[in-house]
Amino acid sequence: MPEMEETVRMENQELLEMEKNACKVRLYTVEGVFNAKSGHPGGSLSAADIITYLYFKEMRVTPGVDMSSGSLGQGVSAACGMALAAKYDGKDYRVYAMLGDGECEEGQVWEAAMFASHYKLDNLCLIVDYNGLQIDGHVEDVAGLKELDRKFEAFGFEVMNIDGHNFDEIETALNKAKTVKGKPCAIIAKTIKGKGVSFMENQVGWHGKAPNADEYKIAMDELNAQLKALEA
Amino acid sequence: MAETKKIATRESFGLALCELAKEHPEIVVLDADLAAATKTDIFKKAYPDRFFDCGISEGNMIGVAAGLAAAGKVPFAASFAMFATGRAYEQIRNSVGYPHLNVKIAGSHAGISVGEDGATHQCCEDLALMRTIPGMVVLNPADHYEMTEAVKASYAYNGPVYIRLGRLAIDTFNDPDNYSFEIGKGITLKEGGDVTVIATGLVVNEALKAVRALEAKGINARLINMHTIKPIDKDIIIKAAKETGRIITVEEHNIIGGLGEAVCSVTSEYCPVKVNRIGIEDVFGHSGPALGLLAEFGLDAEGLEKRIEAIMK
Repeated sequence: MPEMEETVRMENQELLEMEKNACKVRLYTVEGVFNAKSGHPGGSLSAADIITYLYFKEMRVTPGVDMSSGSLGQGVSAACGMALAAKYDGKDYRVYAMLGDGECEEGQVWEAAMFASHYKLDNLCLIVDYNGLQIDGHVEDVAGLKELDRKFEAFGFEVMNIDGHNFDEIETALNKAKTVKGKPCAIIAKTIKGKGVSFMENQVGWHGKAPNADEYKIAMDELNAQLKALEA
Repeated sequence: MAETKKIATRESFGLALCELAKEHPEIVVLDADLAAATKTDIFKKAYPDRFFDCGISEGNMIGVAAGLAAAGKVPFAASFAMFATGRAYEQIRNSVGYPHLNVKIAGSHAGISVGEDGATHQCCEDLALMRTIPGMVVLNPADHYEMTEAVKASYAYNGPVYIRLGRLAIDTFNDPDNYSFEIGKGITLKEGGDVTVIATGLVVNEALKAVRALEAKGINARLINMHTIKPIDKDIIIKAAKETGRIITVEEHNIIGGLGEAVCSVTSEYCPVKVNRIGIEDVFGHSGPALGLLAEFGLDAEGLEKRIEAIMK
């Protein structure tokens, strides 16, 4: 697979702001999961940098849920419908759909991928949060996605592999995606599940579990320390 | 008065979509490689740029429809009832039902009257599946005019709607000059005081022939055409229960989960009377000529006449 050609560097100040916002997103994530006594801290934390970039720089929308795609595999199809509507209406908006690596085991993802390619949805950009873990264990042990990039390529996508915690790479990939014509894009972002909270990182057990009071305090302390360091 | 030419409700659906689309550019149509069978090909021919074939991927089709609806379109997604409601059930529930999106789902080739295609394609569970989704409207039109009006009504309603379409060409019995369709309002086709027959879909006309024949045998049955399975018309059922004291339901669907149970849920709560459910009695269909199957399962006029007569003895 071709790696990203040239990574454009963000301005230092902008990068710092992005990192602070990502840290706040992680703080709110842990707080939300703790208060709800339910949620998915692992994947939320691995996706936090990409989500931050999308909502704070890329997209011209108010942060919120555009589509309830909580059931795995369904988000890409809905995104295809939205992208198709933009084409039909001659509107210039782009559609982003984030999906998990484990989620790519769902057949519907590939039905949708075929559709996106067939209808040349170049206004659609998929971002795979490739953190390597799913509920039952390591993705490669559970079902074996193998070469996900080549799968998307075979389905007619322009594919980019990036580090999903590197804002320069995120920006470069998303900008490049905008220049691709006639086919959809898939950005495969390598991430660390539970990123930012030491005891959650790369731990299968933190897929869908809320921290207890002690764990919550440790997690918040760690993240607040990271934020403080960025603000110093 | 009613036309004599037979027409399948799937064809009425395709024609109605084309009519409606003239005035409403936000209507788009999706299919899953069955356009020639669901008759969305009529629409495809008239509006090729508003028709999207999704290939054989019903789950994705429903998801794409949800995305289109979220972006302001009014998508009609069609497939066989079996695949639209069975295979894509969870997509309908979570991508369409839960966000209450304005998606219309058409399930064709419903019931045993699919005929030769056999049990795998004879969906007798679609009404049950769709009834269980909160906020879903479930329509089962009985002939050409009713389908035409149902398509218009489903467009006018803002929210998810399931419409059941039949494969078999059937007579048009509703009188276009004296017909009006309202979602959730059953239609009394014949007055009567001995018993009330409530039928839905393709077998309404068979039930009409049966209750007319029963007049000669001294059974004065009321007949209600229940084109809307959900929301079910409580008032017309309660009135029938009070006035006739007995109800018989008729449907080309499993007696579990369809019209019969919808009616029972109303009578048991508001006016308990005896209800007999005529339909597919929790068995699979099989391959055969459509009319032969309807007769075999006792859902043609003759079979219904016998059955109702036996129940009333």
